Amino acid sequence: MFLDLNDDQIALRDGIRSLLEGRFDSARIRAGFDRAMFDELAGSGVFSLRADGFSWADAAVVFEQLGEFCVPGPLVGSFLAGEGTIVGVIDAGMTIIEHLDEIDSLAILGNDSLAQVAASAIAGERLEWPLDPLTPVWRVERPPRGEVVADCDAATWRRAGAVLTAALCLGLAQRMVDASVAYALERVQFDRPIGSFQAIKHLLADMAVRTEVARAAVYHAAAHLDAPDLAGLDRSVSVAKAQAGEAAIRNGKDATQVHGGMGYTWEVDVHLYLKRAWVLDTHFGSAESHLDAVAATLGR
Amino acid sequence: MELRYSEADEQFRAHLSAWLDTELAKVPDPPAREDWPARRRYDTDWQRRLFDGGYAGLNWPKAYGGADASPTEQLIFYEETTKAKAPYVGVNFVGTLHAGPTLVEEGNEVQKSAHLPRILAGDEVWCQGFSEPGAGSDLAGLRTRAERDGDDYVLNGQKIWCSFAHVADVGEFLVRTDPDAPKHRGISWLILPMDLPGIEIRPIRTTLGSSEFCEVFLSDVRVPVANRVGAENDGWRVTNVTLKYERGTAFVGELIDSLRLCADLAPHVHEPVSTRELGRCLADFESLWALTKRNVSQAAGGAPGPGALMIKLAYSEARQRFGELCIRVQERDALTIAGNELVEERLRTQALTIAAGASQIQRNIIAERLLGLPREPR
Repeated sequence: MFLDLNDDQIALRDGIRSLLEGRFDSARIRAGFDRAMFDELAGSGVFSLRADGFSWADAAVVFEQLGEFCVPGPLVGSFLAGEGTIVGVIDAGMTIIEHLDEIDSLAILGNDSLAQVAASAIAGERLEWPLDPLTPVWRVERPPRGEVVADCDAATWRRAGAVLTAALCLGLAQRMVDASVAYALERVQFDRPIGSFQAIKHLLADMAVRTEVARAAVYHAAAHLDAPDLAGLDRSVSVAKAQAGEAAIRNGKDATQVHGGMGYTWEVDVHLYLKRAWVLDTHFGSAESHLDAVAATLGR
Repeated sequence: MELRYSEADEQFRAHLSAWLDTELAKVPDPPAREDWPARRRYDTDWQRRLFDGGYAGLNWPKAYGGADASPTEQLIFYEETTKAKAPYVGVNFVGTLHAGPTLVEEGNEVQKSAHLPRILAGDEVWCQGFSEPGAGSDLAGLRTRAERDGDDYVLNGQKIWCSFAHVADVGEFLVRTDPDAPKHRGISWLILPMDLPGIEIRPIRTTLGSSEFCEVFLSDVRVPVANRVGAENDGWRVTNVTLKYERGTAFVGELIDSLRLCADLAPHVHEPVSTRELGRCLADFESLWALTKRNVSQAAGGAPGPGALMIKLAYSEARQRFGELCIRVQERDALTIAGNELVEERLRTQALTIAAGASQIQRNIIAERLLGLPREPR
């Protein structure tokens, strides 16, 4: 039993982090997802970790970092498909599709099967003013259908998709803590840094605690994916998605508050993190649906 | 990251589990809740069984009768004893978990040999005399005076929230030995035999109606200077050394119990809004269980992580939230406590956000020590 990063995972984290710090600054992130960004991430091995022998836990470590830097795009779908192409993913029945101009294909996750369709076969109307400016969206008339992928383990897609999305959310939540602490130390009112007031300190402490609790849940679920024979896998996955998803949303809200007027501006990155958290809450089950799933494990 | 336990850990678990099966069959029914002499006997009898089985002082050094167990073995111990519904540490709490570890680190050989074997064997019960009516969150503001008179200190003052003082043999007491020094630097740590002349103990009734809480009044109590642990005026540091025995495992038993209580509550839950709230509580407890394992992993690696400072705040708030749900879903069945563990727990757990550092103090500590924010006045 070991729920911390091992030496290899620390090296993996530091490696992806130095790539992101060097090549994915705020200006690049704000320019949005495109094929060049995909190619650069793919070139560094982000989407082929599984094929290269890395564990699910390793993948979660990498996705947490992608979340910290607010990297946009269909990252989880492309990872799960592992085909070297850009793959979006929706639940069957959804009619809003993200990044339709950049994806090669769309995976459609049913209850116990996975279908796939070429993006070129989908006719959608691009919607103005997306909630997350870095997640452009299209509406289709009818839910897309595709060819069922033979021998595809839809349950693994669903579980791993939820855990990797939770890892992204964890990264978002962590960055909101760090940015808010930095701002609270720098911003002076009443002749003192606002971080010296308990009203602000306690808000920041709560943000940090919910992030650490979510981190434990995400690492636990990721390690559980690597040991699927141990009891309670579905509960672990739902706990992780609910905790990390809520941590990201609540930290986005609290970070906005700590940043005061600046938190309401386009200039400061906080809104991008909060908006991404809302987007990710719609992927692989919302926090609320996962809480219901957790209760269902008790027969409710 | 690795969820599986090592073979050695699984072996430890198997031995413990088999031992619990045998020993728990010999444990009598628990005594009435207000029969304190009987409760002392019950708790110390269990401590004696742990001692005989080699499970007392699990994380203490072997030199002092402990087992030098790893943090993971401690975790397994709490997990298995809770699951098996073994008696709670009870009146042995202060001796085995606080005063004993303090003596291990800071006591001299005379003090160690006088007390450590007796604590482990269940022969000696300890209480704690730290808080005062005027010193709660600001513990270092304590005023109970210890004046030197030859080879004795003469104690005068009042202590409060001294759990189990009325059945304790000995107390760990913080007293002011230098009233002129800055408040953290004038405190000493004393071993106080509770039968000395001048000690008066009055039980306090809690919100549950129980009376394990006590006030202790000290009037010209003479205690030998030899009973001081550590240097004079160094008591604040002495009392903080036990923190290293706290490896983020303090709430393991409670967490395991919380998971069970969620399952117990489930059949009472019908409304969708309550179902979701149950899911939230269970998700919180499961996450905190994972956080505990993470804390243990980090402690075993020699570098305690931030979670060790967070678990108390997060657990106590989650547990109270669960208590609220217990009351709400039971509706008018919640109007009696007798035989209703879920309601009783709702009341008991109100102490969690107050005792051992109120939630507001916990947030200050997290903000200052972990996030590097400016310190409050001390």
